[in-house]
Amino acid sequence: MLKFLPFVVFIVLAGFLYKGLSLDPRAIPSPFVGKTAPAIQAPVLVGTGNGESFNSDSMLGKVWVLNVWASWCRECTIEHPLFVQLANSHNVPIVGLNYKDKATDANQWLRRFGDPYSNIVADPTGTVGTDWGVYAVPETFVIDKNGLVQHKVIGAISPESMQETIIPMIDSLQAEAS
Amino acid sequence: MSRSVIRLSWHFLVFTLVCIAAFAFGAERLVEFETEQQEIIYAQLLKDHRCLKCQNQNLADSNASIADSLRTEIYQQVIEGKSRDEISTYLVDRYGDFVLYRPPFKATTYALWIGPFVLLFIALFVGVRLARKAPNKEALPDEQALAEARSLLNEK
Repeated sequence: MLKFLPFVVFIVLAGFLYKGLSLDPRAIPSPFVGKTAPAIQAPVLVGTGNGESFNSDSMLGKVWVLNVWASWCRECTIEHPLFVQLANSHNVPIVGLNYKDKATDANQWLRRFGDPYSNIVADPTGTVGTDWGVYAVPETFVIDKNGLVQHKVIGAISPESMQETIIPMIDSLQAEAS
Repeated sequence: MSRSVIRLSWHFLVFTLVCIAAFAFGAERLVEFETEQQEIIYAQLLKDHRCLKCQNQNLADSNASIADSLRTEIYQQVIEGKSRDEISTYLVDRYGDFVLYRPPFKATTYALWIGPFVLLFIALFVGVRLARKAPNKEALPDEQALAEARSLLNEK
């Protein structure tokens, strides 16, 4: 029995290492999923909306998406066309959180890549982002009618995850009664 | 030949000193506190929490923009008079247990905390078993062999 112990230890260790190969150290589970989304009360990006401030309470009763982006963020340009498509094909408010950015740069970026957002919150210092646990732009949250975070994606959204996860989730959440 | 070796080692020394200096200065900004207690809390919080962008650095060491935001946030809260635990809870609520360098003892981390002790126990168990089982081959040679050795040594 004892003779096989090194072999057993080897197999167990190899199992852990094999599992480790497919784990993504950047995929940190968000403590927000299933909890109430942090409230936002902040000015909108200069040059967008009517210059009012955005209050997340106004979104209660609606399913909405929060997309954290910045003009300096290269991955944002990769996922952005998906949001432009989403805004055209679905009736779901997409709120942009313009994270640590300059208003002029942000507006220029929107002119170039398109503006799918219903509202854009300006967060030049990153305080709103910190409140939402943002650490790697882009990040995307799906919030349900009761103001609970239902899903969070860190990094650029892939076309597959948009089609297979996010859009079905929005559809089913919109069908739910609040 | 020897001159080039000296020059090389001189370069190496300068390089090493520059590296050490870079580490010593870290990424922290200078901040001011009203009390020494606040300063201690701030320093401890930066040491105990991880920068999520560059995962093997704590908040004190990291240059990443997110680390800077979190340092600012922690500084604000320390100045407001919040306790170390309150601020730590604030961070965990937003970034999860992962932000802690010292993970809490709970169901998902049992393997992490107990695992090494289990492995140590197994190693000790196997070690003791092997030590007991092995015949004592390394014992002192018997009297006859010693006498032979002595006579061989005395021949010279």
